[in-house]
Amino acid sequence: MKILIVDDFSTMRRIIKNLLRDLGFTNTAEADDGTTALPMLKSGGFDFLVTDWNMPGMSGIDLLRAVRADERLKHLPVLMVTAEAKRDQIIEAAQAGVNGYVVKPFTAQVLKEKIEKIFERVNG
Amino acid sequence: MTQADQSLAEFEATLKAHAPQLIESLQQGRFDEAAQMFNELNQARNNGLYQEVGKLTRELHNAIVKLEMDTCATGGDPSPITDATDRLSYVVEMTEKAANRTMDLVEESAPLVNYVSYEAQSLVADWQRFMRRDMNAEEFRELVRRIDQYLQRSLSDSSQLSQNLSEIMLAQDFQDLTGQVIKRVTRLITELESNLLKLVLMAGQVDRVAGIQHDREAIRAEQEKKKQEKEPSHGEGPQMHADIREDVVSGQDDVDDLLSSLGF
Repeated sequence: MKILIVDDFSTMRRIIKNLLRDLGFTNTAEADDGTTALPMLKSGGFDFLVTDWNMPGMSGIDLLRAVRADERLKHLPVLMVTAEAKRDQIIEAAQAGVNGYVVKPFTAQVLKEKIEKIFERVNG
Repeated sequence: MTQADQSLAEFEATLKAHAPQLIESLQQGRFDEAAQMFNELNQARNNGLYQEVGKLTRELHNAIVKLEMDTCATGGDPSPITDATDRLSYVVEMTEKAANRTMDLVEESAPLVNYVSYEAQSLVADWQRFMRRDMNAEEFRELVRRIDQYLQRSLSDSSQLSQNLSEIMLAQDFQDLTGQVIKRVTRLITELESNLLKLVLMAGQVDRVAGIQHDREAIRAEQEKKKQEKEPSHGEGPQMHADIREDVVSGQDDVDDLLSSLGF
């Protein structure tokens, strides 16, 4: 299982990478923006996307929309991990097809639960 | 009463004093006299106006100097805003370094702790066999060798761990430096705001002296419209008043509740 971690702050990417490794997901790649992430996703091989919302080039919500609009990527499970906590935004993300939404600051437990929940649904 | 108010009051007093004469001249048909009085009143108003504009120009100049923008305009020292921006970049840099340093130390320490725990677990099993006298001499010698090795590793690893913990503590020193920088930036911004406010007040005075009326309602409505047109998915960053704002969730549980209430 290959996971792409997208966030413009390298420290956050590192934290998520470590948490995923603790959960047994060792095959991870990183991108610092939606603009760099999309081509990586399009070239294939990824089974899961973890992304922030606020990024300077292409935001997480726009990345999500681009993924859902792509014929080959539209079923890719997407988890948003972000500081954005407005109700309107959460609803917007859900309507755009996000599979899970984690607000920062978060715990390892929460991340684990959300990932497991997503895969339950995907495999179920 | 400000200087501006005073001169306006003077002009108004002059106007009031001349009004009855003016009306009388007009009623009596002495139009030359009336015209003369109009001129005098006009002159009085213009003089007052020039004085006001002179005063405002001086005050404006002072305000600009206080904002330290006159040197920047001519390519001199960096503006306070540039200074503040640089300082905040420094904060981002320092916090990133500290976070990475701390994580490096944690990543170094984890294997040491894992070894101690893993090896202890396996030794316990054999030690219990020994306690049950379920061990021959050769196995016992092997156990002794392993325990000896474990004790030595434990000693050196715990000393390394202690050191790592101290260094993690030290890596938090960024907070003092970044805290100072942020306080300084806060002061800069507060000063800037108060100077800008003075400019706004002065603009109000200019309007009054020149007799200009701005349609405040129209301006406000235009601003509101611009705000709405901004992309709705424009983020706000981390929320600081989640507990009192109603349009913001206050934790992961809230997020989960919101999503499940919508059927997601």
